[in-house]
Amino acid sequence: MGMTVAEKILARAAGLRAVAAGDVVEPKVDLAMSHENAALVINQFLEVFDGTGLPPTVWDPSRVAIIFDHRVPAESPKTATNQKKIREFVAANGIAKFHDIRGDTGGICHQILPEYGYVRPGYVVVGTDSHTTTHGALGAFSFGIGATEMASVWSLGYAVNIEVPETIKVVVNGTMPPYVGAKDLILHIIGTLTAQGANYKVLEFHGETIRQMSTSGRIAICNMSVEAGATSGIVPGDEETVRYLREVAGVTDDIPLTTPDADARYVRTVEVDVSKLEPQIACPHMVDNVKPISAVAGTKVQQIVIGSCTNGRLDDLEVAAGILRGKKVAAGTRMLVFPASGRIFAQALAKGYVQDFMAAGAVVMNSGCGPCLGVHEGALGDNEVALSTTNRNFKGRMGNPKSEVYLCSPAVAAASAITGVITDPRNN
Amino acid sequence: MAKVIIALGNDISTDDIYPGRYMATVLPTETPQFAFADRTDFNARLKAREFPAGSIIVGGENFGCGSSREQACSTLKGYEVVVVAKSISRIFLQNSINLGLKVVLCPALEASEGDELDLTDDTVINRTTGKQFAQVQMPAARKGIMDAGGLIPYTRALLKVRR
Repeated sequence: MGMTVAEKILARAAGLRAVAAGDVVEPKVDLAMSHENAALVINQFLEVFDGTGLPPTVWDPSRVAIIFDHRVPAESPKTATNQKKIREFVAANGIAKFHDIRGDTGGICHQILPEYGYVRPGYVVVGTDSHTTTHGALGAFSFGIGATEMASVWSLGYAVNIEVPETIKVVVNGTMPPYVGAKDLILHIIGTLTAQGANYKVLEFHGETIRQMSTSGRIAICNMSVEAGATSGIVPGDEETVRYLREVAGVTDDIPLTTPDADARYVRTVEVDVSKLEPQIACPHMVDNVKPISAVAGTKVQQIVIGSCTNGRLDDLEVAAGILRGKKVAAGTRMLVFPASGRIFAQALAKGYVQDFMAAGAVVMNSGCGPCLGVHEGALGDNEVALSTTNRNFKGRMGNPKSEVYLCSPAVAAASAITGVITDPRNN
Repeated sequence: MAKVIIALGNDISTDDIYPGRYMATVLPTETPQFAFADRTDFNARLKAREFPAGSIIVGGENFGCGSSREQACSTLKGYEVVVVAKSISRIFLQNSINLGLKVVLCPALEASEGDELDLTDDTVINRTTGKQFAQVQMPAARKGIMDAGGLIPYTRALLKVRR
């Protein structure tokens, strides 16, 4: 019987010739990522070693990555103290893949990992963040875990008791209409599958639309696969993956690709034709409450957010800046822009996008998660509405349970900033 | 027998269970104060220790969806409550097993706030309505971690053997 990409990767990492959905394996981990919640991982890690007489050192410092992004710069003494504790652990363990709060090498974890070539096709990647599904965009099997599970991985170098998931094949064909992109596609897929439709399963993406899509678009799609409950979203590595890793990440060593067998077994196949897709909006308070923009156009918004691990890359900023250039953010609406990394921020400056945003009246912030998870900045007032390119709109997500969050693409966010109401960018 | 202290709907997210703005708080001794913080009445009753250990939180489908934050489990474990849900999202379920928060999967469950439930090894009996529902058993791989008392002791044992 043939294998899916996830099955092939897990078989290789577990040292087995073949695995099938439902098998329980212990795959070696190629990369283990944490952000500020490494503070909790460290506590649990030290507890694992407590009383063993063994030195509490991570199994392989070259395979551990820690990136500060959730609360940068620190919003409170508690966060600052957690960050300080993590820095000390990083130094003591010789962890080189550490990205501190910096304007050059800093950024959002899910942007830094691809950008620095830390993730390769065929890798097993774990991260203490549910959006770790992102790295399937480079052909990896990449999934989110909790802090205690990470402490176990730091101790052992492998993940214990992993059940090989079933895979749903998603085949996407057709040419995207203007101002419709990867974000609209993944919102549409989540709306179709529902928030639990891919629970405990992998989404493996195929079809001409995916093959033609940039790595940036694939990142948006795999990033939000978790919003359908998926363990991992995977685009099998191809020429575009190699191009990205060579040109953007500067990878010079071999890049072997893992592709599914022709007779791989899928639990379900979902086909999507994007040629008539409208811009999509996830409405409050669930990510699967997805509607075409025509259903909610005209809704008044007080805060526009462009950024996050989903949509803060250069092509996202390019689309938004193109729409905003020479225009103004509407009175009564505020717009916040968060480039996903220091490198992207510098590129956006060089290309003039940052100037476009500022001239339009947007506030360009430092790279980081920003208001996405409501812990830091950009909080909403009572009864306010945000329109955001981020990935979650649960009640209270942006810090106030009396507010509402709509999710959209960068093009919709930019067009709506000008009018102050949810606006179809195709009507610009 | 234990009482259902709250009956929740589908897709209860970890942002609901433990809002993101409290994520800098990580210690299991400190996280319980923020359990369901935005449901202010329920949070107050939890903090007042109104509910005895073993009290039951009923969830619908996809309980614990969203963020991987482990605080969503440690905050509930602090009250020694049991989560009985129709289905549970992957990361929340694994975190619960890793930390020793008791969770029960019961796909056909019908229970309302105030009902008295009996949790046997393989069923949930609603003593208030007289109805009985089958549990879905945890896979053997997960039972190993539960039997060890959580992932920390489980990993510690492996560390001695394999490192």
